Amino acid sequence: MFSRITVAGLAVVVLTACGGAPQQAAPAVPAAATTPPAAQAGPALSITDPWVKTAKKGMSAAFGTLVNNSGTDVVVMSAATPLSPKVELHEVAESAGKSVMRPKEGGFVIPAHGSHELKPGGDHIMLMGLAQEVRPGDEISFTLTLEDGGTFDFTALGKDFAGAKEDYQPGMDMDAHGESGADQGGEHG
Amino acid sequence: MANRAPIKAASMGERPTAGGSGRRLTRRGLLSGGALAAAATVTGAVAVTGSAATDGAAAGASPAAPSPAAPAASPDAGAVVPFHGPHQAGVATPPQAHAVFVGFDLRKGVGREALARMMRLLTDDARRLTQGRPALADTEPELAALPARLSVTFGFGPGLFDAAGVGEHRPESVAALPAFTIDRLRREWSGGDLLVQICADDPLTVTHALRMIVKDARAFAEVRWTQRGFRRAAHSQPGGTTQRNVMGQLDGTVNLVAGTPDFDRAVWIEEGRLRGGTTLVLRRIRAEMETWDATDTTAKEFTVGRRLSDGAPLTGGREHDEPDFDRLTPVGFPVISEYAHIRRAHVPDPGLRMLRRVYNYDEGVAADGTADCGLLFAAFQADIARQFIPVQRRLAEADLLNEWTTPIGSAVFAIPPGCGPDGWIGETLLG
Repeated sequence: MFSRITVAGLAVVVLTACGGAPQQAAPAVPAAATTPPAAQAGPALSITDPWVKTAKKGMSAAFGTLVNNSGTDVVVMSAATPLSPKVELHEVAESAGKSVMRPKEGGFVIPAHGSHELKPGGDHIMLMGLAQEVRPGDEISFTLTLEDGGTFDFTALGKDFAGAKEDYQPGMDMDAHGESGADQGGEHG
Repeated sequence: MANRAPIKAASMGERPTAGGSGRRLTRRGLLSGGALAAAATVTGAVAVTGSAATDGAAAGASPAAPSPAAPAASPDAGAVVPFHGPHQAGVATPPQAHAVFVGFDLRKGVGREALARMMRLLTDDARRLTQGRPALADTEPELAALPARLSVTFGFGPGLFDAAGVGEHRPESVAALPAFTIDRLRREWSGGDLLVQICADDPLTVTHALRMIVKDARAFAEVRWTQRGFRRAAHSQPGGTTQRNVMGQLDGTVNLVAGTPDFDRAVWIEEGRLRGGTTLVLRRIRAEMETWDATDTTAKEFTVGRRLSDGAPLTGGREHDEPDFDRLTPVGFPVISEYAHIRRAHVPDPGLRMLRRVYNYDEGVAADGTADCGLLFAAFQADIARQFIPVQRRLAEADLLNEWTTPIGSAVFAIPPGCGPDGWIGETLLG
């Protein structure tokens, strides 16, 4: 109870932190008539501290803490962003003694009145092929599609970050991501 | 409100408590109800701190009752300086014990749009860290738990105004200072497009904030210089005590007092895009300790016009007595020399004074034992041309102290106004 209250309070604080778009979804739109309308007031899902690792090209990943303010579990089935035509929900797991990244079976489950953290070395939203550079300070929009067919939009902040290298699939070009670019702050075009 | 007490206990005592009690736990202690309760408290506190402390207001803004079994950290370890407001923190804030000033050069091609992105990122870092919360994607979030009155203050040099194409909003005197005959300026301590002043009562807090800020700034700018400074440790003296510099002088006796009309008039810019902001002149002044050592106390006091022991003017009995510049010795010479530092620096109108928020520096000792130390003279004023330059001109012309002090660095910045919870520093210029 205690931590739930504080997490909810945290969500409100972060809403105003970056002056970006509101980070709370409208209540998910029921996909089927059998889905009961949300009984509780206020949005079911919110996200705190969303950010995306900066990258010039190739792959990147988005992180943050998804918070479920409702009394029923919320399942995120897929994610989309204009930044990348292909986006996957990934986990990092032990396999044959190695830490590997792979698609998360069944999506991200955010338990009722709970939260689910997306972080380097853990679950994350993987951008498989960047259509454009992610620069520091960029505000990147995302849409999550939920199990009930509803959607949740949020905006994540581009942030230089040295880690999150476990996000690369074995055998793929590790350099595709690029390092924190010395000239990423520059204006392009 | 029921959730507040454990949070405070966590933010103020978490690390020392967890470590300290862990070392001292004994089997007997573990079996005592008190220790169990204490351990439970600690565990609970630690568990919630990571997320709960992000509620800035909760992060130790007010004193908490220490857990009875927990050796409390210094009550100030969790002390928080508000980040939001019409003015940036770190100006009127009573000087913290430790400071680092970082000057950056903008990278080629960084213009207004990129500067806005940078300042949003840096503001976000400052907003979180000063309130005892980890920065976004903080790689050492544990270090953010003790803000220790952390303040992060941003300044814009002349080059930033040009890069952003907002030169028309640059105060005329936010420019390289006129050359003074006493100057021996070195490039590595001078100039810069962007300033970040980071101050806290804990040096590790300063280091962590510096690391987080630099990691977000370096895509846009290169570090030009880093200047670290210190004052007496927090609480080693009563608040408001004038500090001493490395030459042993009480430094800052006549200074503006935050919260007074004189302070507001002298420090804050009242018009334009920078309304609520101020300007900073940062001078690095080397103390010539070898020759100062060779000077006897009488000569040192004559040079400054004050007694070394208590800072009293040579015409007075106590530090804050007004100097009597007209008093003569029996043989007809001024008691306070025509060339004494306090006479040359004296500004009768308090509204024309500058806020001196100075730090000592000490960069180590050469092989022959000579010191590399002095003063980071940080002066805040509404108008550099009206307030700083006249005084500096009088000092450069004739100040006995010039014999033992050498300006080796000089940088000038506009300090933009503060911002609200939805805003970012610099938005009045770059937004």
